[in-house]
Amino acid sequence: MTPLRGLWAVILLTATAAFAAEIPRAERRSGYDFMSRETRAMQDDDTANPAMLWVLEGEALWRRQVGAVGRACADCHGDARTTMKGVAARHPAFDAARGRPVTLEQRINGCRVERQQAPPLAYESRELLALTAYVARQSRGLPIDVTIDARTQPFVDAGRATFYRRQGQLNLACSQCHDDNWGRQLAGNAIPQAHPTGYPIYRLEWQGVGSLERRLRGCLVGIRAEPYEFGAADLVDLELYLMSRAAGMKMDAPAIRP
Amino acid sequence: MAEHPSRREFLRVAGGVAAGLGLGAVITVTPARATPAAMQEAIRKVVGASKVSPGRVKLEMPPLSENGNTVPLTVSVESPMTAADYVKAIHVFTELNPQPDVVSFRLGPRAGRARVATRIRLATTQTVVAVSELSDGSFWSDTVAVVVTLAACLEDA
Amino acid sequence: MAGALINVPERANRGEIVEIKTLISHPMETGYRRNQSGARVERDIIRLFVATYNGTEIFRAELHPAITANPFIVFSTVATESGTLTFKWTGDNAFSVTESASITVD
Repeated sequence: MTPLRGLWAVILLTATAAFAAEIPRAERRSGYDFMSRETRAMQDDDTANPAMLWVLEGEALWRRQVGAVGRACADCHGDARTTMKGVAARHPAFDAARGRPVTLEQRINGCRVERQQAPPLAYESRELLALTAYVARQSRGLPIDVTIDARTQPFVDAGRATFYRRQGQLNLACSQCHDDNWGRQLAGNAIPQAHPTGYPIYRLEWQGVGSLERRLRGCLVGIRAEPYEFGAADLVDLELYLMSRAAGMKMDAPAIRP
Repeated sequence: MAEHPSRREFLRVAGGVAAGLGLGAVITVTPARATPAAMQEAIRKVVGASKVSPGRVKLEMPPLSENGNTVPLTVSVESPMTAADYVKAIHVFTELNPQPDVVSFRLGPRAGRARVATRIRLATTQTVVAVSELSDGSFWSDTVAVVVTLAACLEDA
Repeated sequence: MAGALINVPERANRGEIVEIKTLISHPMETGYRRNQSGARVERDIIRLFVATYNGTEIFRAELHPAITANPFIVFSTVATESGTLTFKWTGDNAFSVTESASITVD
């Protein structure tokens, strides 16, 4: 084998190995499938799912007139059950004004500041979680459908790089648990594949609803890395990558997770 | 148990817990624990001198709980629930939570069926006991052992 | 910001046993947790839940810190007559929430 042919062989093998780590499309499973029967039952029953308390609150906030212009979400968007159908399934989405993708939370705050002339809601505040849960609920059962095109590609690539990059004192990459070791037990819980189908989730560990960014920050703390700030580009890009990785999977927000 | 354990005691206990969890340098504060004796005392407070017989009560809990913060529980008691013969109360106790009392449900013939459900916290793998008081003054019980695991990535609050 | 989710069937036949599910928003702070500086976080829980049916008490639950946050309580009652079911939760720090639901009994 000539040196050049040998080089090509190495490049091909490395490239193949990088993609071999990704979960094959047909083997993708929601975090729901890794939960106990009791926890699944809790999620399936809207009369027993504690996340519904946030959804109900979100419904009330949707109709509340706020800001200098005294405008409610409903005044522009009408009935969320129709107008918000599929919206959560398409976020993070490219925002032309900002020139980059934004999360659903950022989109809501964008509306608050620009259209309602109200101050933005703090990340992980009860109001923001309630509105996000209410909007996400309208995408339940719909396939994840984030747009990957020339505009969003660089951000997906950045998110993918983060997913595969070793970080923290434990020097772990997300892929090592969630691509290579999903299904195995870690301290008593099964490692899921990390598809964000259910966010914002009611996490049993939090005993409350929280966003995907909160969960990602929790994972970063777990591998003893400095967690990115809420709303940081690193987190938004990672979320975009995770959603693209889960493209086609059905949303089950607001979900319950252990 | 000491309100302010000595530094050595604190580190010994915390190190033991952390080592047990395989978490290395993470320090957790070991919560206070009741004892099986405290649970028996709590049950005694409810039933007085009466005997508690196993039976007629069915305590349903998952044998393995994903997260000790939220463990579902259902208690049902065989009873016709008539004015003459009904379930007055259902009490739930734990052995190793910081305190043994969990909840007391007060029923009556208007319930129609002696069946209640809720979600409880379990501090660790332990035994849970449900005691039911019937209208004739008798007490019945059921016991379940639940294994409790922790979430993998403990985060800052 | 308390919110409650009540599930009561809208109608029932006379004598039928109906299942009632209640869920209320509350942190149920145990009083055993410590904050970052090591100080104990004070207990703040719902202590009592009472259900009445046209004014008559039909069910009561006395809660302790071992009840999970956002307490979920399921119980049953016999549908005796049309009217109002009232649910009241009270607890630490003057917590008090009352909700009602109507039932039509044929």
